[in-house]
Amino acid sequence: MTTTDAAVPRVGSALPAPGSGVPLKPPKARWLRITGTVGPLGIAVAVLWLSIIVLLPLAALTVASFDDGLSGFWDAVTAPVALASLRVTIFVSLVVAVINVVMGTLIAWILVRDEFPGKRIVNALIDLPFALPTIVASIVLLSLYGPESPIDIQLNATQPGLIVALAFVTLPFVVRSVQPVLIEADREVEEAAASLGADNWTTFRTIVLPALAPSVLSGAGLAFARAIGEYGSVVLIGGNIPRKTQMAPQYIQQQIEIDRPVNAAAVSVALLLISFATLLVLRLVAERSLRKQEQAP
Amino acid sequence: MNVTTRARILMRTAALGYLFILVLLPIALIVWRTFEHGIIAFFDSISTPAAISALNLSLLIVAIVVPLNVIFGVVTAIALVRGRFPGRGLIQGIVDLPFAVSPIVVGVSLILLWGVNGWFGGIENLGFKVIFGLPGMVLATIFVTLPFVVREVEPVLHEIGDDQEQAAATLGASKWQTFWRITLPAIRWGLTYGVVLTVARSLGEFGAVIMVSSGFPGVSQTLTLLVHARYIDDHNTFGAYSAATLLMGIAVIVLLLMTLLDRKRETSQ
Amino acid sequence: MRRRSRYFATAVAVIGAVTLTACSGGSSDTVGGDTGSGDGTGGTINLFAYAVPKPGFGKIIPAFEATDAGKNVKIQDSYGASGDQSRKVKDGAEADVVNFSVEPDITRLVDAGLVDANWNADANKGIPFGSVVTIVVRQGNPKNIQTWDDLLKPGVEVVTPNPFSSGSAKWNLLAPYADKSEGGKNPQAGLDYLSQLVGNHVNVQPKSGREATETFLQGTGDVLLSYENEALFAERNGDPVEHVTPATTFKIENPVAVVKISKNLTKATAFKDFLFTKDGQKLWAEAGFRPVDPEVAKEFAADFPAPAKLWTIADLGGWKQVDNELFSKDTGSIAKIYDAATK
Repeated sequence: MTTTDAAVPRVGSALPAPGSGVPLKPPKARWLRITGTVGPLGIAVAVLWLSIIVLLPLAALTVASFDDGLSGFWDAVTAPVALASLRVTIFVSLVVAVINVVMGTLIAWILVRDEFPGKRIVNALIDLPFALPTIVASIVLLSLYGPESPIDIQLNATQPGLIVALAFVTLPFVVRSVQPVLIEADREVEEAAASLGADNWTTFRTIVLPALAPSVLSGAGLAFARAIGEYGSVVLIGGNIPRKTQMAPQYIQQQIEIDRPVNAAAVSVALLLISFATLLVLRLVAERSLRKQEQAP
Repeated sequence: MNVTTRARILMRTAALGYLFILVLLPIALIVWRTFEHGIIAFFDSISTPAAISALNLSLLIVAIVVPLNVIFGVVTAIALVRGRFPGRGLIQGIVDLPFAVSPIVVGVSLILLWGVNGWFGGIENLGFKVIFGLPGMVLATIFVTLPFVVREVEPVLHEIGDDQEQAAATLGASKWQTFWRITLPAIRWGLTYGVVLTVARSLGEFGAVIMVSSGFPGVSQTLTLLVHARYIDDHNTFGAYSAATLLMGIAVIVLLLMTLLDRKRETSQ
Repeated sequence: MRRRSRYFATAVAVIGAVTLTACSGGSSDTVGGDTGSGDGTGGTINLFAYAVPKPGFGKIIPAFEATDAGKNVKIQDSYGASGDQSRKVKDGAEADVVNFSVEPDITRLVDAGLVDANWNADANKGIPFGSVVTIVVRQGNPKNIQTWDDLLKPGVEVVTPNPFSSGSAKWNLLAPYADKSEGGKNPQAGLDYLSQLVGNHVNVQPKSGREATETFLQGTGDVLLSYENEALFAERNGDPVEHVTPATTFKIENPVAVVKISKNLTKATAFKDFLFTKDGQKLWAEAGFRPVDPEVAKEFAADFPAPAKLWTIADLGGWKQVDNELFSKDTGSIAKIYDAATK
């Protein structure tokens, strides 16, 4: 056909002129509308791919967790050490989320509103924890805050050690979430407030913060979800002390190692549910704020 | 907001100070500890037979994971954006699932599915070892890198709209021609960014791989597993630091690529 | 369009080129080390061992490869917590020879059909070497630890692994248990001691014997409970530690077995048998492990002082009974102490 040349038809001249001799092909266009460029085969392929890679393993996990029945599942999740690991995980991750809210917003602020030499490098540096393997993060932090610390700060096998490691790996989330919003923020409203006599703190509290709140929350939620599942960065610095510094992933691994796959599966499912709940809440908050924005005059 | 100079300096110090003690200082220390014995010692440490095998294995896994993710990722992205079928929202959610799953849980799930006592355990009888073999490590890596290509390509597809594709179709272009000449060039920067993220994540995967690997040095150790084994099993802290620095070097290159591509994406839009 | 496919082609070529440089890979992780003399033409043997015998196998493997039976055989070795390694083999990791810290980890494989039930029917009961439980302290023994009771002195922090994944941990706990309970005659006395020890003096839970040593050397704790061979290894390595073997301690016996579905059964059996030969026994002794061959033991008697009283697992009724009564999760006495103590 004639479309082997480079000319791409422009929008508006989509349909050939009647009587031009070029055949209309409505059936193909209709398929296109339903299934896109890939067709029904493409959709089937995508679904099959996702099933084999993601769905089936998680299904096997869920089924295995109920191998001992509902009571077996409950016992596994409420075992004292298991509960303790979930408690430690959630507590530490919440602390890290809060730290990220404060420092992340601050860092985003200076990256957007401030000018200083080396800003570009700092901006690129923010993504480093995202590109760095977690085990490398663990070793890196352990060398400075561990037993061979040159500044004599020993955080290994303590909860602060966990917090430092998690803060490291979750650094980019709030920063990258807030930055675009700050960049787009309308300075005029702030300037109007200032000219009406509001001091900086009031302006921040009543205008900037509400505008940033959804993105801050979204970033914090992502940071939290990432932190609760974190393994590689805490495995060396955490010390794996049950009830004190053992996080849920480490507990799950321990259960596999002592040949209790059902326990491992059960606590895994519990951890997944917490993640999902977090992300669901985030999605709802995001949708609500989107609706509010659309309703705003 | 007119921030006073004093407040500005304060905020700047606080933010930069935080970054310094959290990110810069530890990394600088590792680099210093790696190279304080000279660059030869570093190269010797990362060119032991086990280290070279580890690098090869990591790269092999990347070489398998990236093409698979590109093909299936692009197909999935197009299906999600251009398609109108029931359950689209569900599929979108499934694509985002790997972000919510801890790497250890990924490992456990794969063991429960492909292990000898798992649903597909029968595959061992065909002589095909998944868990404790290369396929297991590949599956684990694909699981955690699945969302990247899809999520980078989707917004681009949204932005460009399907007008051109529709037009091409009504003019008689086959699906393949439409894809190759219209869709693919449009998504190329998003796709490349997704590939870079995939490579970074594959090289850095640790938690899922350590659960499904048999851990034989020279056979089934990736670079990340090597770092861990050197530190814990071999009491070889310097070796661990050098392997970690190697991985860090790769991460920095990835970071550079990400920054460059970001700019390319913005200018091409 | 052309530039894009050129980038793509370059990328593919680079990845391909790098992966094809699968030259000079190997299992040795020593700088300038060779790839092991075994080139695999005689077969490959996968050895799954517990955490600490690496120094021993480091001597044994080259010696075996120098023999006729071991000519051109490539041996791949993996080390880790005894329980975890056993679980991996049970779950399908390809193993030909296994060497674990405690017998139950082999029994697990017998039950799974991977090891012959008569693996320990020979004269040596399947045990090529062993050790004794010892107390490792910092150089100079600043806290003057000499006996099990000294461990209970206030402020003494003890490092011992998690008994649910580590074989070493089980030996470590059985030693004072046997002492206090007089060989199991008075179990409550033993358990009381362990309650105090684990409850007040154990804070970290390393996964294996090797990880425990690592944790101790990194500065945690005042005392490390471990194998004598591990203590000797650290001392010979120049680490600032010394070991004190109490007058009453426990005899450690580490079993070895051949996996019967091995693809290389003859070579695997040959390797296992090599551990029992005079040459093999000498190498174990040189590496700090107590040999079972009486002549070799006499030759190395200076390295391995005999404790005043050496309890054995047989005195406590054998591993099956001990594992059931003491270490069974949720029901075993020691298991319960561990759970209650880590509150």
